[in-house]
Amino acid sequence: MLGRTANGLYWMFRYIERAENSARLIDAGLRMALTRSGATEGDWDGVLQSAGVRELYDEVHETLTSIDAIDFLLRDRANPSSVMSCIEAGRHNARMVRTALTRETWEATNECYLEMKAMLSRKARPTDMPEIIDAIKRRAGLIRGAFHGTMLRNEIFNFSRIGTFIERADNTARILDVKYYVLLPAVAAVGSSMDNVQWESILRSVSAHRAYGWVYDAELKPANIADFLISNGRMPRSLAYCYEKIASNLGYLEREYGERHAAHETADRTLAALRSRSITDIMDQGLHEYLEDFISQNNLLGQEISDGYRFN
Amino acid sequence: MVKNKGTTPLAFDEMMNADSSPRQPYSTYHEWYASQDRNRLITKSKDAENIFRKTGITFAVYGHADSSEKLIPFDLIPRIISGREWRKLAQGIEQRVIALNAFLDDIYHKQEIIRAGRVPRELIEKNVAFLPQMIGFRPPGGVYTHIVGTDIVRTGEDQFYVLEDNARTPSGVSYMLENRETMMQMFPELFHQNRVRPVENYPNLLRQSLASLAPPGCSGKPRVAVLTPGIYNSAYYEHAFLADMMGVELVEGSDLRVIDGKVKMRTTRGYEAIDVLYRRVDDDFLDPLTFRPESALGVPGIMDVYRAGNITIANAPGTGISDDKAIYSYMPEIVEFYTGRKPLLENVPTWRCSEPQSLKYVLEHLEELVVKEVHGSGGYGMLVGPTASKKERAMFAEKLKARPTNYIAQPTLSLSTVPILVNKGIAPRHVDLRPYVLVSDKVQIIPGGLTRVALKAGSLVVNSSQGGGTKDTWVLED
Repeated sequence: MLGRTANGLYWMFRYIERAENSARLIDAGLRMALTRSGATEGDWDGVLQSAGVRELYDEVHETLTSIDAIDFLLRDRANPSSVMSCIEAGRHNARMVRTALTRETWEATNECYLEMKAMLSRKARPTDMPEIIDAIKRRAGLIRGAFHGTMLRNEIFNFSRIGTFIERADNTARILDVKYYVLLPAVAAVGSSMDNVQWESILRSVSAHRAYGWVYDAELKPANIADFLISNGRMPRSLAYCYEKIASNLGYLEREYGERHAAHETADRTLAALRSRSITDIMDQGLHEYLEDFISQNNLLGQEISDGYRFN
Repeated sequence: MVKNKGTTPLAFDEMMNADSSPRQPYSTYHEWYASQDRNRLITKSKDAENIFRKTGITFAVYGHADSSEKLIPFDLIPRIISGREWRKLAQGIEQRVIALNAFLDDIYHKQEIIRAGRVPRELIEKNVAFLPQMIGFRPPGGVYTHIVGTDIVRTGEDQFYVLEDNARTPSGVSYMLENRETMMQMFPELFHQNRVRPVENYPNLLRQSLASLAPPGCSGKPRVAVLTPGIYNSAYYEHAFLADMMGVELVEGSDLRVIDGKVKMRTTRGYEAIDVLYRRVDDDFLDPLTFRPESALGVPGIMDVYRAGNITIANAPGTGISDDKAIYSYMPEIVEFYTGRKPLLENVPTWRCSEPQSLKYVLEHLEELVVKEVHGSGGYGMLVGPTASKKERAMFAEKLKARPTNYIAQPTLSLSTVPILVNKGIAPRHVDLRPYVLVSDKVQIIPGGLTRVALKAGSLVVNSSQGGGTKDTWVLED
């Protein structure tokens, strides 16, 4: 396969994943607004931080309002992580690697783009939001369904999956890092209703508030939330799950090509650490430092994959 | 009233006779059409558009900021050619394509046709499409034009003319394939009722044809790739489509590099050699070391690899000299010179504005002529005399006088019409035809091609960049 094609697949799936994540963050923000009488500016500040675009927002807007924040996250082309920017970039990459995709996968991607472009052609009214969020999730689901149902499990599949999970791991780590302080034991001891809203919002940001209840006690506990999103290998958005997938897809490439790169070492090392360290250990050592280190290791892995497989 | 509105009054209609009975090739189709509910057809027409949009069968129009991707309108009434008509066309096309290749080989070697005084030397040697780098070099298998798209127009029952030879990188074949696919999806019954010759094996034939002309330096199974200028090129969809259908890599210049005397592509496992490159990049951009130094679309050093016999480039560089509009008027002589026979297909009479007497005639008869730039394509920079305003003609006359060698002129032919579906039923519109030809050790002509249709009543401009549409083209077995 061409290095450029592997690069295109990797980014196509990173962008589609990111579009969905941005939508989920907006959803969680809106939910907070419903839970209380309107989300505070601080809440949207957290959402923008989780999306990694807080500073960029300030370059475009003078004040922070929920309307502007939503628009910025949803459709602003000046924000490369907005839903529309991501869908456009994902589809652009899909066009570039058209020959590597099944007709079903390409068409699902193209139709996602066509529908969202029409839907997001003007500023969304608050009343349209549920419908829009729904459409994004549905379209992303259709792409995923077509991809899983029709693609051969070969190197094309592997590079696509690696892109998905590098992006997802980054996203989950950033959501946790922005809110890490509400999970700290000292703060948690207070156990106010305010914390409960924050904790629930973390789980909603990764569509995990229902699943949490299936695994742990219904009561929200910071250590359990952190455990769920970091170490639980069955939770599809946890860091551990993402790295199981990254390592196994890299493993397929290693066997097929008969070549091992720096990326394999990094992925295996990160996975081993995720498997061996307990959540109490991580929290004792400092959650924030842990997450910061994880995010930079994850970026490094992306770079090593790009180098090892000659993306450019 | 509606029927003939705006069309040239005497245009030959391929579907209907003057007495309103269908012409023979259309008789089965016409019967089917008569039994159809018009609203259903209009719905189907919209379905077709959705299929094209969903599939992403789009092209880019240069110079349109907003609409970077456009659909080419598809008309669902097929253009039907009888087996007898096709045989005649195919023989003429084959003769012409053989002559084109012989001409190219001669021009880049002994130049006998110049020495025989049949084609003026300066017309060749001063032509930008003539590449001195090709002199004395014979491409693998002696084939210059692997893929040709011969543009043909019809003016009557038995009158066909070749309008252009398109021997560089003819496009549109993906529309031939997608149009057929769409028709078969929408109206499967039509393909039971009519014996339509298949076109869908084109990608296969193309791959075999390309692989059969691998360079002498290739050992083992030849590796074929399609070279595209990239995602922003107007025909990008077609490049991706053909690579996909052939099961070969779609590469860009940035993927390729010359290593150890071979052209290699950067893969996830390192650099791998390519043997045959179906390039959809113009000559000028192919090799920045040989041609335009600023080109980022090509491969530095590929011409050296080519001349050393380590890669096949299809079509060969320098084929543009054979389909140049200035050369076109010499085609009857060229065909006769190399095949020893009169051309089976006619040329459109052409005035070369470089010749003072012709220029004088053209200037005096602008209102009845079509004037084209010698190097233009896609319907840009041309004057359609009869439909142009007085002011447009006057402005064009100035351009002509300033640079006469840049233009040729032809009579406005009364192109044949085929009906298209309109809201009120059907209405005749002018069409042309581009069959696709593959050249290897044999000449294969795909039975069908791309029918382009002017959607505006009376318009003779069928180019997609100027608002033309396309039709499925049927060649019947008979």
